[in-house]
Amino acid sequence: MSSGAEALWRERHHPSYAIHMPAPDDFAFWRERARALVQCDIPPDRVSWIEPGGTKSLFADSEFADVPVPDSSSAIVRASKAFLSLARQAALHSDPDRFALLYRLLWRLQDDTRLMEDKADFDVRRLDALGKAVRRDSHKMHAFVRFRLVEAGGQEGDEAGHREHYVAWFEPEHHILRANAGFFVRRFANMRWSILTPRGSLHWNGEVLCEGPAAQKSDAPDGDPTEDLWRRYYASIFNPARLKIGAMLKEMPKKYWKNMPETALIPELVAGAQKRESEMVATGALEFDPQPETLEAIEKAVSQCRKCPIGDLENHAVMGEGPRNADLMIVGEQPGDQEDLAGRPFVGPAGQLLDAALKVAGIDRAGVYVTNAVKHFKFVQRGKRRLHQSPTAKEIDTCRWWLEGERALVRPKLVLALGASAARSLLGKTVSINKVRGRAIALEDGSELWVTVHPSYLLRLDGDARAAQERDFAADLASVRARMEMV
Amino acid sequence: MRPMPIIEKLQILADAAKYDASCASSGTAKRNSKGGKGIGSTEGMGICHAYAPDGRCISLLKILLTNHCVFDCHYCVNRKSSNVERARFTPQEVADLTLSFYRRNYIEGLFLSSGIVKSSDHTMEQLVETARILREEHDFRGYIHLKTIPEADPELIHQAGLLADRVSINVELPTDAGLTRLAPDKNARQIEGAMGGVKMAIAQARDEKKRFKHAPRFAPAGQSTQMIVGADGAKDVDIVGRASRLYDNFRLRRIYYSAFSPIPDASAVLPLKRPPLIREHRLYQSDWLMRFYGFTPSEVMQAADDEGNLPLDIDPKLAWALKFREQFPVDVNRSSREMLLRVPGLGTRAVDRIIASRRHRTLRLNDVALFTVSIAKVRPFICAADWAPTLLTDRADLRAQLTPGGEQLDLFAA
Repeated sequence: MSSGAEALWRERHHPSYAIHMPAPDDFAFWRERARALVQCDIPPDRVSWIEPGGTKSLFADSEFADVPVPDSSSAIVRASKAFLSLARQAALHSDPDRFALLYRLLWRLQDDTRLMEDKADFDVRRLDALGKAVRRDSHKMHAFVRFRLVEAGGQEGDEAGHREHYVAWFEPEHHILRANAGFFVRRFANMRWSILTPRGSLHWNGEVLCEGPAAQKSDAPDGDPTEDLWRRYYASIFNPARLKIGAMLKEMPKKYWKNMPETALIPELVAGAQKRESEMVATGALEFDPQPETLEAIEKAVSQCRKCPIGDLENHAVMGEGPRNADLMIVGEQPGDQEDLAGRPFVGPAGQLLDAALKVAGIDRAGVYVTNAVKHFKFVQRGKRRLHQSPTAKEIDTCRWWLEGERALVRPKLVLALGASAARSLLGKTVSINKVRGRAIALEDGSELWVTVHPSYLLRLDGDARAAQERDFAADLASVRARMEMV
Repeated sequence: MRPMPIIEKLQILADAAKYDASCASSGTAKRNSKGGKGIGSTEGMGICHAYAPDGRCISLLKILLTNHCVFDCHYCVNRKSSNVERARFTPQEVADLTLSFYRRNYIEGLFLSSGIVKSSDHTMEQLVETARILREEHDFRGYIHLKTIPEADPELIHQAGLLADRVSINVELPTDAGLTRLAPDKNARQIEGAMGGVKMAIAQARDEKKRFKHAPRFAPAGQSTQMIVGADGAKDVDIVGRASRLYDNFRLRRIYYSAFSPIPDASAVLPLKRPPLIREHRLYQSDWLMRFYGFTPSEVMQAADDEGNLPLDIDPKLAWALKFREQFPVDVNRSSREMLLRVPGLGTRAVDRIIASRRHRTLRLNDVALFTVSIAKVRPFICAADWAPTLLTDRADLRAQLTPGGEQLDLFAA
């Protein structure tokens, strides 16, 4: 029982008034009646506001006096803009006391025109809260209404799509349906649609908006094939690495779930998330230990490295070799058959060719740190022979960790990359040898990178082509030799 | 090979797009479909049509046109050397999908991005074509966000701006060195050049709009960008500094931060632990301090620790207040708006209410409590009619007292 009604019961000698609202969201009606009541100087505790079909008043209508008619000389009723715009929203709330609250505030505003600024006042705060709830409900209606297609388009001779009828079932918490019709009309102006709710329904045919009676869920269609696409989208756009269920529930409370096709997926998405994330981490981002601090530690760690499939083959890790303060580091692709057996880099045919070329260029191999971009031999077994296989970009990137460790410890001033794999390892991207050879490229740590072909490439050429490439190779080594003097 | 069904393409290309943080559909010009032939409206406020269990809003159909890519950016799941499954939509397919989702009120519009196929220009043409089909053939008046490709012909970027509500170019990493290392095919100068071009075009279109009613709009919702946090060695102060320069230089509407997230088939050049999600949250808070609370970038940086990172256990505003205790307590009945905004625990709305209410009454602590979530957090930093914190602001253990408990932290640390 409202305090107004109690007071009324006790003080029978004062006349009381009952206002019957024609509709639960009829703000214009409230405004008109409230103005008359204020003009007749009728205080809030003498007025009952009764909704259609709402809670019946405890008193028979006969106990109420007729609403007086103010005479034309009555004072002007004052209401600030801030009050009116908020009252218009709050009137749509499902709280049965809302009209009484509005009248009480209007009454108080006559003496205190700036009352609405006092955000610590109880009534003002209540009005704010009602308005906020209604705005939120409206916003959620704009967001969570889901149309379903009931009549397939392209019916005889009509404009494509015009005959299609989209129907939604929605359960608003407050009396917001009519107030939000405009939003859907503006948005779907050229579509035929209906929104059905337990408080009434709206129908738009592309030109005219009609209001209909309250509906039931069974009046709405129960499926639409496009929902499969939407659900698939919902499941795919979700990032299992960052589960924040609380944040989701705050904005999309469970009460809305039952009319949204995608929400049925939530339990399984949440359950699968932890599992999916751990799989992603296992197959993806490798957890590396801190960089080893000595070359020996790297060698030991490399021999046990299984971060890529090459490590699982029948082979041995081949560590770089050379002075640990060498000015020049030469990086090849990966150990070959002979290097794998010997456990040393560049000892096979390509290594012999390199040695010869270094000698011609005047570079002493003993003073050079020689290593590879990939530390294990990648091959396929063909009978008794192990055939060389090029490492993939990903394998090179994985092994780059070890090469960076070697570079950090040896700190060469010059790095010579032999072939595309070595160049990728040092630059982080695939480059064309012909475009980058013959000039210095600055590396992040201040050292200088030179790129040339891999000697095994020369071994695969014949005749003039080989002679030409060998000349270029020799020229690249000579440039590096010249740079060694300067850096 | 059988053609891939749309639903499978959608799965692959939505999955590939989910690392882009932005999903905003707000702040564009108001329009609706009355008097037109198609559908769609934008009314200023964005609408989140659903929320995923990651807590993110789903406002737009956010997909890639294709996840084939000739670039090899190490942090990116779609890089050339990654083994992910690839798919490709035609512009028509994306337009159809957008319309059929929009008609059912699933989305506010489209956020389209793409891997680079053939060439930057070719890819950009496809993006523009998709927007053109929607706008011109279907008179679509919903929201369109196009990710533009900085390497593409400026004329194509211009066309994108004429069709889209928002265009964005990702700066990707907070430092140029990080970009060189992790996105070797991208170029910081080119990215900033393209952002500068968009800024000019937006300013010019605004100016023309003032003079000529029918001047074409250019990206009315402005431009935004995204930075990945935790993939390179950048400190929070570097990121805050970069962000403020970007806001100043390019008039960005938003900078999105994306905590580097473990991706399937990650590049091995990223031997990284995943940064805590809370770090991303703290950067957004610092962003808010600069945009809405009147903090200068250098003041936000003062909140960082000796290593240049914002504290993870408390928010940057509280960290700043604890460092500059001499500025407090602030009198809620007398202090300026600027000072009230510095009080930890008081948001912009609470400050508005305090200022409106104090014209009518002298505020007591209980009145202030009505406007805030936690008066306990605010109390040490304010004076009210019946309250002064006396020694509280000088206490050495104040920080420990105001640090949220372990349980709350775990929520974020997940």
